[in-house]
Amino acid sequence: MNIPFQANTRRRIGRAVRMPKKRVNRSAWGTFSLFALLTLFGAFMILPLVYAINNAFKPLDEIFIFPPTLFVRNPTLNNFVDLFNLLGNSWVPFSRYIFNTVFITGAGIIGHVIFASAAAYPLAKHHFPGKKVLFTIVVLSLMFTPAVTAMPNYMIMSWLGLIDTYWAVIVPAFAYSLGLYLMKQFMEQIPDVLLEAAKIDGASEYRIFWTIVMPNVKPAWLTLIILLFQILWGSDGNGFIYSEQLKSLHFAAGQVVAGGIARSGAAAAVALILMSVPITLFVFSQSRIIETMATSGMKD
Amino acid sequence: MQSWWSLKWHEIRANKHSYFLMAPYMILFAVFTVLPVLVSIVLSFTYFNMLEFPKFIGWQNYTRLFLEDDVFLIALKNTLLFAVITGPISYIACFVFAWIINELSPKLRAVMTLVFYAPSISGNVYFIWLMIFSGDRYGIMNGLLLRFGFILEPILWLKTEGYIMPIIILVQLWLSLGTGFLAFIAGLQTVDGTLYEAGAVDGIKNRWQELWYITLPSMRPQLMFGAVIQITTAFAVADVSIALAGFPSVNYAAETIVTHLIDFGTTRFEMGYASAIATVLFLIMVATNLLVQKLLRKVGE
Repeated sequence: MNIPFQANTRRRIGRAVRMPKKRVNRSAWGTFSLFALLTLFGAFMILPLVYAINNAFKPLDEIFIFPPTLFVRNPTLNNFVDLFNLLGNSWVPFSRYIFNTVFITGAGIIGHVIFASAAAYPLAKHHFPGKKVLFTIVVLSLMFTPAVTAMPNYMIMSWLGLIDTYWAVIVPAFAYSLGLYLMKQFMEQIPDVLLEAAKIDGASEYRIFWTIVMPNVKPAWLTLIILLFQILWGSDGNGFIYSEQLKSLHFAAGQVVAGGIARSGAAAAVALILMSVPITLFVFSQSRIIETMATSGMKD
Repeated sequence: MQSWWSLKWHEIRANKHSYFLMAPYMILFAVFTVLPVLVSIVLSFTYFNMLEFPKFIGWQNYTRLFLEDDVFLIALKNTLLFAVITGPISYIACFVFAWIINELSPKLRAVMTLVFYAPSISGNVYFIWLMIFSGDRYGIMNGLLLRFGFILEPILWLKTEGYIMPIIILVQLWLSLGTGFLAFIAGLQTVDGTLYEAGAVDGIKNRWQELWYITLPSMRPQLMFGAVIQITTAFAVADVSIALAGFPSVNYAAETIVTHLIDFGTTRFEMGYASAIATVLFLIMVATNLLVQKLLRKVGE
C-alpha cells in the first residue's frame, strides 16, 4: 500500500534534482571563485578531523615532533593499545563505557522514533481542538536550548527518582522536539486518499498509524535516528549521572583528554572511535535524510 | 441551545484517538520541556537553595543580575558577541555552501555534503581543537607559526584572554553547519526546475540574479527553519567554551550566559538566581527568533 506514495516522492524530488540542461550565463570567473571558496572552507572543515585521525595512528615520538606534521609517517596501533590499557586499568572497564553509550543511544532512539511519530501523525493528518496550540508550543521549544531547562529538569528528575540512572538521559530524549517537528512536516505529504481508503476498509487509527503511516515515513525515521544519535552518542550524562559505572564513552574521552600531554595519543584514538560511528551512519543514510529535510520548511 | 463548550467537548470525544496517540509524547514533553520553563520563571522571583522552601523576593534576582553582577555582564556581552558573529556567519555559510554544493554532480555533492557536515555530526569531538591550539611547540598552530618564524615562543592560545574568544568563535563556526545546512541542501533540490527555465526566458542574466529572484524566495520555508536552528545554537555557546577555555575561563574571557547559569545552578546552588539567568536567556532566544522569523517572512515579497 505504501508503494504509490514512495514512488511519488522519488519522482517529485528526482525531477527537481535534474537541472535544466542549459542554465543562464555562468561566468567562468564566478564559477572559479565559488569553487575556490568551497575548496578552502572544505579544507577548514575536514583538516581538523584528518589531523585527529592521523594523530590516532602516530607513534608517540611522532606526536611530539617539531615541526608537527599533519599526516602520519609510521602508522601504529599503539595509541589504541594505550587507550585500552589506560581504561582497562580503571575500575570501570572500557567495555562498560561503550555499553552505556550504546544502550543510552539505542533506547533513546527507539523510544523517540515511536513516540514522536505517534504524536506527529495526528498533528499532520487529523483536525482536533488544540492542534494549533500544541504545534505552536513545539515550534517555540525549538527556539531555546536545553540549557534553559536543565536545572528545573534536575529537580523534576529527582522527584521522579531518575537521577543517576540511564533514564535521566533516555526519557527526556523521547520528547525531543526537533524530531517531532521534522516527522510532522514529512507526514503531511502522505496523500490523504491512502488514509481514507484504509479508514473505509475499517482500520482503526492505531492500525493506520502502524501499518500505513509508519512504513511510509522511513526516510524520516532515519533522520530522527541520526539527529538523536548525534545528541545521545556525544552525551556525557548532562550532569544527571554520577556513578562511574553508568557514565558514557564521551565522558571517558573527557577523562582521557584531561590527562594532558602524556595522553595525547590515547585522546586522538578515542576521538577517532567517537567520530567514526556517526559519520559511517550518515554516509549510509544521507540521501534519505536529505529527502526528509526537503519538507522541513516552516510555513506561515 | 448547545454551548460552545459542549460542542468542543463533542469534538474532543470524536477525536479521542488523536489524543491517545499524542499522549505519551506530549506528557513527556510537558514534564521535561514546558514545566521546566514555567518552574524556571516562577523560581526566578524567589530565593531558593534546594534545602529551604523557596522564598519570594520579587525582582531582586533581576536587579542583582543587571546591576551588581559584573561577571553576568561579561557573560551577556560574550554571548551577544558570539551570537552576533556566529549566528549570521554560520547562517550565510550554511546557505552559500549548500548552494555551491547543489551545482555539483550527485556523487561529488554527496561527498562535499559529508565534508561540511562531518564536524557537527562527529559526536562532540571538538576537544581535538585542544591538540591544534595546544600551548606547547607540538600543537600544530604553534608548530607552524614557529616553523615559519612568525613567532619565537609558543603561544598559550587558550590561556591568553585575547585569543580565547576568536578561537571559540572559530570552533563554533566549524561546528555550525548542522541541521540547517542539511535543510538548505534539501530545499535547493526541491526548487522547481521549470522556474529557472521560466526565469531565463524572463530575462534573468546571471546566477546571482537567479539566486536572488528565484532560489531564495522558493526556499523561504527552509530559510526560516534554518534560521531557528542557527540562532538557537548561536546563543547557547557553553560546551565548547568549557572544553577549550576551561571553567571558569581565564578572567572570565569565555564566560557565557549558559556557563554562568551552570556556575550558579550546579556549583553555588543559588537556584532562584540561576533561574533568573535561565529566564533571561530564554527570553533573549525566543525574542530574537520571533523577530528574525518576522523579517524572513518578508524575503521575496
